[in-house]
Amino acid sequence: MIGLALNFAVFCFSVALLLNLWRITRGPTQADRILALDTMVINIIALLVLYGIYEGTAVYYEASMLVAMVGFVSTVAYCRFVLRGDIIE
Amino acid sequence: MNLVIEILISLCLVTAGVFGLVGSYGLIKLKDTMQRLHAPTKATTVGVGGVLVASMLYFFLIKGSLSFHELMITLFLFLTAPVSAHFIAKTFIQAEVTEKDLPDPEHEFGWAVFDDAPSYPDEDDHEPKP
Repeated sequence: MIGLALNFAVFCFSVALLLNLWRITRGPTQADRILALDTMVINIIALLVLYGIYEGTAVYYEASMLVAMVGFVSTVAYCRFVLRGDIIE
Repeated sequence: MNLVIEILISLCLVTAGVFGLVGSYGLIKLKDTMQRLHAPTKATTVGVGGVLVASMLYFFLIKGSLSFHELMITLFLFLTAPVSAHFIAKTFIQAEVTEKDLPDPEHEFGWAVFDDAPSYPDEDDHEPKP
């Protein structure tokens, strides 16, 4: 039963990644693209943790923690670049 | 007992998947950028939280090893999601909204996106002379 639920969750987050890609290509404003990228990072964290359950190893937490940190920093850096034209003033 | 544990973990996983999908579907469904900001910052965060809770339950109840790494990731995501949403909203306001469209601020200084931070008289001494 867990395997079935795992497959369902992986399917859901994969479709969510495709929807984010759609918003990145369409997105009328730059804020939309940043938002879609941020959501993409969060979905990828979920996929990594799901793969960790699938494999039964604890290695993927470290990876997802790193992805979470890098995703947050890159979102803030992109926003600052659009806002001020510079990341560190 | 084993069946109860499996049902619990499966429920967490299915709920998380549905929330993640709803969050990203809202990203393409909603009409305005400010509306679109709602879906991923709330629904997707809950979705990831559900996945992490399911993973923690799985490793604790089935594999028998308790770890709090997942809680750390959940905490990190719950702390950073509002900050990044605030930055994205600020970016949108600066790029797409003019100052006239915004309501008047309550205080004497204007909106932080358009105006400089208010300076106080005793701080002026520290600024470099031109």
